[in-house]
Amino acid sequence: MRAALTHLGAAVTAGVWRLGYATRFFGYLLWHSGTAFRRFRLTLREIYFAGVLSLIIILVSGLFVGMVLALQGYETLQRYGSSEALGILVALSLVRELGPVVAGLLFASRAGSAITAEIGLMKATEQLSAMEMMAVDPVARVVAPRFWGGVISMPLLAALFSAMGIFGGYLVGVVLIGVDEGAFWSQMQAAVDVRNDILNGVIKSAVFGVAVTFIAVFEGYDAPPTAEGVSGATTRTVVTSSLAILALDFVLTALMFTGGNAK
Amino acid sequence: MNRSTIDLWVGIFVALGLGALLFLALKVGNLASFSTAQTYRVQAKFGNIGGLKVRAPVKGAGVVVGRVTEIRFDNESYEAVATLTLDASYQFPRDTAAKILTSGLLGEQYIGLEAGGNPAMLKDGDRLRITQSAVVLENLISQFLFSKAAEGGDAKGGK
Repeated sequence: MRAALTHLGAAVTAGVWRLGYATRFFGYLLWHSGTAFRRFRLTLREIYFAGVLSLIIILVSGLFVGMVLALQGYETLQRYGSSEALGILVALSLVRELGPVVAGLLFASRAGSAITAEIGLMKATEQLSAMEMMAVDPVARVVAPRFWGGVISMPLLAALFSAMGIFGGYLVGVVLIGVDEGAFWSQMQAAVDVRNDILNGVIKSAVFGVAVTFIAVFEGYDAPPTAEGVSGATTRTVVTSSLAILALDFVLTALMFTGGNAK
Repeated sequence: MNRSTIDLWVGIFVALGLGALLFLALKVGNLASFSTAQTYRVQAKFGNIGGLKVRAPVKGAGVVVGRVTEIRFDNESYEAVATLTLDASYQFPRDTAAKILTSGLLGEQYIGLEAGGNPAMLKDGDRLRITQSAVVLENLISQFLFSKAAEGGDAKGGK
């Protein structure tokens, strides 16, 4: 009993300690981000690894998510004789929720885990210590470009996911099932607002980008410098950032959409 | 992979991403419809706006000519004041009537404009004098019931 309580207390203290360290690390990272923009080539390289290499999985998933949405949505909507509203259903669910969230989850498992593994391995092989020996700040040289590369890539990936999903919905809804094309697009345009829906979706994806990439670089930087430690940190990155995305999504949705509707 | 190839790929990626945003804004959203066009604003007072919401369309003869941009409550007359932003390419006479209508049986509510005969046209900041409030289903039903009851009373009295 006493041992269990001690264990619990130690776990809580360790968690709070880590949270404080993460906050301090976040501030330090922002403070030393200048290098990421002054030597933009470093960031460009990270956009390539985080963004360009995630393109295929994002585009293909987006296409299929949109196609499934159209199939399932049509099934329900045609029961009420309003299958023309399919465009609204597909566009709003993608732009508001599925685009940012699913793209964020894919980004966390595709790019976040890679960032953690890379930084963790650099730490385990003492490359980071070597940089410090040469008076190069590893946070400015290694961490900041990866962070900003991810933050820049994520909104673009989410937008591509949504656009691809809407195209998939169009393929299934209009081309395959035969919903009227004019009604599909015009109802969608009437219902989707640029500021309330699309801009809020972009804001969501930007927030997810910051959260996922920060968790990834922090877990990598904080990983125990062993093979086990790096693998554990990579797992933790995917788990923590997925949970962070879903929790943040709830908070952001509550802030953005219920406030707007009550007005 | 040397650096210039990375630049090319990142360029393609960023262009694709921005293209997707543009596609969402123009093709999926309604940015193209009214944001750049010249507009003018007129106000209309309603006794009851029902379920009318900000951003609801304003239609003249069924064509969307503008949107409701603001709804507020007037403390002095206890009425709702709706501000309509109309596209400047659509002109209406000053005695135009504004009605709150519903598209379809269960559809969204919108404001329908019916042009009057005044030769002077509406200007920015004008107020529409003739308005018709939203139909509230409860009021309609109670009116119907009252009139039925009155009919029934007359019929009995007549006998």
